[in-house]
Amino acid sequence: MTRRPSRLHLILIPLSLVMVAPLIWMVLLSVSTRDEARRFPPGLPSGVDWHNYVTAWTEGPFGTWLVNSAIVSLTCVVTNLVFCSLAGYAFARIPFLGSKVLFIAILATLMVPIQIIMLPMLIMLRQVHLTDTLAALMAPNLATPFGVFLLRQFFTALPRELEDAARIDGASRLRTLRSVLLPLMGPTLATLSVLTFLNVWNDFLWPLVAVQSPQNMTIQLGLQNFQSSHYSQVSVLMAGTVTSQIPVLVMFVLAQRFFVRSIASSGIK
Amino acid sequence: MPARRRRLRAGDHVSGWAFVSPVVILIGLFGLVPVIWTFWLSFQETDLTSPGTFVGTAKYSKMVHDPVFWQSARETGLYTLMFVPLTMVLALPIAVLLNQRVRGMLFYRMAVYVPLVTSTVATGIIFSQLANPDFGLINGALSKLGLPQQMFFQSTSEALPSVVAMTVWGWLGFAVIIYLAALQNVPGELMEAAALDGCGRVQAFRHVELPMMAPASGFLLVWLTINAMQLFDEVYVTTKGGPLHATTVLVYYLYTQALVNFDGGYGAALGVVLFLLILVVTLVQLWLGRRTSHYEAK
Repeated sequence: MTRRPSRLHLILIPLSLVMVAPLIWMVLLSVSTRDEARRFPPGLPSGVDWHNYVTAWTEGPFGTWLVNSAIVSLTCVVTNLVFCSLAGYAFARIPFLGSKVLFIAILATLMVPIQIIMLPMLIMLRQVHLTDTLAALMAPNLATPFGVFLLRQFFTALPRELEDAARIDGASRLRTLRSVLLPLMGPTLATLSVLTFLNVWNDFLWPLVAVQSPQNMTIQLGLQNFQSSHYSQVSVLMAGTVTSQIPVLVMFVLAQRFFVRSIASSGIK
Repeated sequence: MPARRRRLRAGDHVSGWAFVSPVVILIGLFGLVPVIWTFWLSFQETDLTSPGTFVGTAKYSKMVHDPVFWQSARETGLYTLMFVPLTMVLALPIAVLLNQRVRGMLFYRMAVYVPLVTSTVATGIIFSQLANPDFGLINGALSKLGLPQQMFFQSTSEALPSVVAMTVWGWLGFAVIIYLAALQNVPGELMEAAALDGCGRVQAFRHVELPMMAPASGFLLVWLTINAMQLFDEVYVTTKGGPLHATTVLVYYLYTQALVNFDGGYGAALGVVLFLLILVVTLVQLWLGRRTSHYEAK
């Protein structure tokens, strides 16, 4: 039995092409020669010119920038996992004085973007001489209200009986959390990791405000910096842009379902 | 009342506070304190480096008489009014398409989602090239079709719509994911019942699926609006607010006032305006959420 291909392909193929065209064009420009990238009408490169990548890597410290981004993003992922799990558990399970007020105060900061608080943040960091450091880049993302909210929701939905047995046997809260509950938290912690990583890795405004020296820049800020100095060298600039996108792109292609589920859950209140 | 109150144990207070203290310190220091500080800063004359002086509401009266502020408010509003509806109107039919059983769907979905993980800086750089008036791919395509060449980011009338197109490309995948998740939550029995009652595919969508998209639409409306009001990265990379302030949105103006012109108090006052705008949208959302919650009860 042969099935005719669905007619939906006639819409889906052009749609997909429009969505990926900018990225394909970026890759094509990155392997074009200098002249091929600046001609009209534009066309496909005649061959693959890898020199642009060599030039980009020698003229811009892309390696340093990628490492900086990785350090900053991964540190924020780890601190969020630890601190938000502890706080989420306490807000869901431990009846302590002031818990309601604290939780509402933390939730209220959900609606405060960096744009509003970056000027006082900058003053604070200047007073402790931490501007232009990787620590400054981490500061606003070490613990996020979203993480606290996500973990509290998780623990609230979990049946109490799971931990009661351990508690009756005399295990401390921390021990119960670590040995009984932690194995169940996998998917929620993974979601928080993906969202925190994406946010911090792609952040631009805060690094722009907090950091000036090229050796302390993240990949996004470094790339922007590289753009202003290589504006006329289109293919070198595009090689740098491809470089900056590869780590997240590879992760996304390998774990598409997982990314999508995490992003979808950020929309579920 | 006192008899009903749960017995609080001293140990719970200690462990509760111990568990939340890292988050409370971090979010307090880098979340709550700076908000109050921003309000305080907006009453000061300061370059953000040396101690400021109190100037009362001077920065707010400056704002009222500043034509560029009013233009930035107008551009932000225009941008939001174009970006939000366009993203939502495109996302819903695409989500319906991506919800069908078709061979190769994984690749189609990946194509729609991939701009989502592309950084705003890369997006800006790529679109600057695509829309380059002299060598860009878009003008190349226009000339093939015999249409006139455009200036895009370099034209006062086309710059803002170009920023809209670029950011819709970047955000479409997010809206599609939200709609697709909502579509997949529509119970299969409902669609079967509709089919048994003689509903065609289109009718079933119109009368069963579409009404159930209301909570997702409500969420997207608020979320996209709040993010539209915070637009900065793509503008900074492509147009730097130009030409002639045509793309000077609120946050871009805040940035240049505070960190290029060193008027920290004025930047803070603009931040307060942004804060109040987001607050209004959030309160509207809470109000709407209460009114439409019967949808979610299903």
